[in-house]
Amino acid sequence: MESPAPTTRASSPPPAAGWSLPGIGLLKGMAVTAVNMIQSYYRKDRMTTVQYPEERAPISPNFRNFPFLVYDGDNMAGLRCTACSICEKECPPQCIYIVLDRDENGKSLKRPKVFDIDVSVCMNCGICAEVCPFDSIYMDGQYELATGDRFGGLLFNKETLARSTDYHAQLRPLEAAEVAARRKAEEEKKLAAQAAKVAKAKLEKEQKELKAKEEQEKGTGA
Amino acid sequence: MISNPFMSPAAAPASVPELDEDQLLHVSLGPQHPSTHGVFRMNVVLDGETVVSLKPVFGYLHRNHEKIAEGVTFLSSMPFTDRLDYICPLTNNWAYAQAVEKLAGIEVPERAEYMRVITAELTRLINHTAFVGFFLGDMGAWGTALMYAFREREKILDLFEELTGARMMSNFMRFGGCRNDLPAGWAAKASTLVNEFPRFLDELENLIIGNEVLIARTQNVGALPKEALINGGITGPMLRAAGVAYDIRKAEPYGIYDRFKFRIPLGTTGDCYDRMMIRFLELRESLAILRQALDQLPEGQFINPKSKIRNFKAPVGEAYARIEGPKGELGFYLISDGSTNPFRYRIRPPSFINLTLLEDMCLGLDLADVVIILGSVDIVLGEVDR
Repeated sequence: MESPAPTTRASSPPPAAGWSLPGIGLLKGMAVTAVNMIQSYYRKDRMTTVQYPEERAPISPNFRNFPFLVYDGDNMAGLRCTACSICEKECPPQCIYIVLDRDENGKSLKRPKVFDIDVSVCMNCGICAEVCPFDSIYMDGQYELATGDRFGGLLFNKETLARSTDYHAQLRPLEAAEVAARRKAEEEKKLAAQAAKVAKAKLEKEQKELKAKEEQEKGTGA
Repeated sequence: MISNPFMSPAAAPASVPELDEDQLLHVSLGPQHPSTHGVFRMNVVLDGETVVSLKPVFGYLHRNHEKIAEGVTFLSSMPFTDRLDYICPLTNNWAYAQAVEKLAGIEVPERAEYMRVITAELTRLINHTAFVGFFLGDMGAWGTALMYAFREREKILDLFEELTGARMMSNFMRFGGCRNDLPAGWAAKASTLVNEFPRFLDELENLIIGNEVLIARTQNVGALPKEALINGGITGPMLRAAGVAYDIRKAEPYGIYDRFKFRIPLGTTGDCYDRMMIRFLELRESLAILRQALDQLPEGQFINPKSKIRNFKAPVGEAYARIEGPKGELGFYLISDGSTNPFRYRIRPPSFINLTLLEDMCLGLDLADVVIILGSVDIVLGEVDR
């Protein structure tokens, strides 16, 4: 059997009638504030204020703010985004706008022509980064984005959103390393598969040639 | 005429004179923060200092949450639930995740259940400490108690930032678990916090409970009998302060709450003083749950690997899931037609329903008591207006 439930009046020290010893409770409370005030001059853990513009509290590695796009290599050509629009669909406030780039025949080039995020609408939830199957969009840690430009200053496009893989590695070393390793493994697998395909094709071709030769020889023999 | 069927005879004024319409004073309290609780307005009619009628007006913070949820995917509603009761986002997340899990029949791994209990109880610590601070602020203790409470709250929010990526807008629960695992060393930090928290509670109790001004202003103010509260659908600490032992963690244990040993604190009269004290007692019980959960925290998966993040579709059907939120029974009712979006999405917000008896609590009391009573209900307008 559990101990009986505590009740509110039982744990309150003064009698319900109050005022029997006027002021004792008040003085007790004031003693607490006095202790706090004195401690605030010498105890480090009581000094909780960070003088913001001059000093900054460190952000935790999990901290997320607005999203950015990652590119491999040195420039925008290596943008990982394939304009699949999954993030656009899942975005809760619908602040992502994507247009797929196509060549003159209307064939998909698997890259975004337009990739806009309206940061004034974005609510930093991180769902875009979570659903992206191409490791191309991640949450940033940048929080000083105030601008005086009311029109378009907070509408980020492809160019302003793009960051290098180095930036990602610096921001979130653990996550970036894991992603890089996975991508490398996938790349190697792909390369290996391609090499195997080439080798197989070569083998088939050789066999075909050999067969043709044999047949030719047979033909001449007959 | 002042007529309050719930008012106890002792608290009711001895004789009620006939009211002269010309002598009544109409006061519009709000909507600019009547206390520190958000954009909420009360149209109060006063006879001298006595409240004759009180009509709550809300909707200033209406964001169309339920309708928006019908237009976006199931997962996309998760970050919106953070903004319901923004003091305690993680319990909102849990209630919604539980409703979808019930709808789609998704199992939750053991470690995820423990993570949910730990985050939910930490959220309760935040809510109840912040409540005490705000409540004292309502009474005119400007800032002191609130700053003490927020100092401790900030420590918990730091833990949340490390775990979920944001102090308040956590967006942490997923259908079938949680978004990410506990970072290295997080559980140890949480244990330290839980072990140090009672010292702060003692400090806060010393600061306020014995205070004669507080006792004079809160005892025998705003009490309603049990029957009225039960009929009004009031839940949470407000109901328990009146002595009704109803806690969903015990009445209908969800998650893994049946594994923990804790008690339900009860009040005796249900006045504002009891409503504040019940929060102190619940804080201690939450700490007991946290200690047990952090001790037992198992290794394993933090999310069910079978649950889908992209293109999640719930089967056709309906589900209602409820949890004991820090403010009361928080429920989510979902109807699915088999598509990626919910067909109907409905929330049972505790603060909104706890507000329904506000007039009954205030009738016959002074204007100064109204603000205290509103504070003791512990509302968050993000949840009232949705």
